[in-house]
Amino acid sequence: MYRIDFNKLRFLICDDNPHMRRVLRTLLHSFGAREAYEAEDGATALEMYTHYVPDIVITDWSMPIFDGLELAQMIRQPESKGNPYAPIIMLTGHSEKRRVTVARDAGVTEFLAKPISAKGLYQRIMNVVASPRPFIKTKTYFGPDRRRNTTNTYIGPERRVGGEMEVMQQPSLLDKARSAI
Amino acid sequence: MAKEKPGALEVKTFADHHVITQPNPLRKMLRRVPESDLDDPVARAEKALAGLSGEFKNWMAIEADRLSAAHAAILMDGFNDATREELFRAAHDIKGDAATFGYPSAGAAAESLCRIVEHAPELDKVPSDLIAHHINAIQAIVRERTKLDTAAMAGELSRQLRGVADVFLTHANRDRPEHLEAILAPSIVPAE
Repeated sequence: MYRIDFNKLRFLICDDNPHMRRVLRTLLHSFGAREAYEAEDGATALEMYTHYVPDIVITDWSMPIFDGLELAQMIRQPESKGNPYAPIIMLTGHSEKRRVTVARDAGVTEFLAKPISAKGLYQRIMNVVASPRPFIKTKTYFGPDRRRNTTNTYIGPERRVGGEMEVMQQPSLLDKARSAI
Repeated sequence: MAKEKPGALEVKTFADHHVITQPNPLRKMLRRVPESDLDDPVARAEKALAGLSGEFKNWMAIEADRLSAAHAAILMDGFNDATREELFRAAHDIKGDAATFGYPSAGAAAESLCRIVEHAPELDKVPSDLIAHHINAIQAIVRERTKLDTAAMAGELSRQLRGVADVFLTHANRDRPEHLEAILAPSIVPAE
């Protein structure tokens, strides 16, 4: 059985609702987290993201200035100075399946529909800590692999084309980003 | 605080995409514990949340008042981008928070109101009573929660409002298939 050492994790919470931020802070501190920075809009969150380099971002969707979806898209810029790989957990009142798809296509790692529960939040954090997915970069997408399942039951057309060409090592962008701060 | 540097990325390049694998930078945050370990972080968090519950009534009252203020602004200025946005945001916050705060029926009524704001083709043509009834219901559910006989009534009130709103939205969107599909799609959140 595995547990997360929350006291080593740094969180960025982004939600315009102060009550929900308080709930989130309470849950994270109860899990054992010591570092949880808070932003009340997407623009402030992006600044804090660059400044504090959090390990995990938990963001609402619907917010002023720019929303959680735009925040995710701005973080998931492969050429940006900041870390484009941090796990993003979208915690939102939106509860329609099409919203999950839109969030996924913006590079969100995990989706958690409100009402929030301690168990639901813990599970999402455990997922991103213990089972990170590789990133996929295409002309139109950069983010966690949207294929969570590796079963052979899919019978539709293969949408990713081309055989493997090469494996190349390159300096860590994350390393570059953190050294620039 | 300085953080440990992560390892290099491994990039596999294909014809139309790259697969980028990063050595898991959070792996060191995991520790193995014996099955007999009694520490339960989820139970600890639930207990802490219960400790906050004394605040919930006040928080819900604040959120319901914000919704009423958004409605009052619409009655005064009509629908425009700002008033529509504030009404939606206030209702959306209640939709997300209310069940956590012990007011699931207020959350259900707020969800119904969100659907009206999101899917009505022209908000000016939504019967004003339909919006007013949603807001009054949310206010009533929040204010009257302490009465023992109100829980069932609040649930029924929310269901009735949702039923009326859905009939309106289904009819108003009969020529807008993409909205109709969204209106009729099931929620990913299990019903109460």
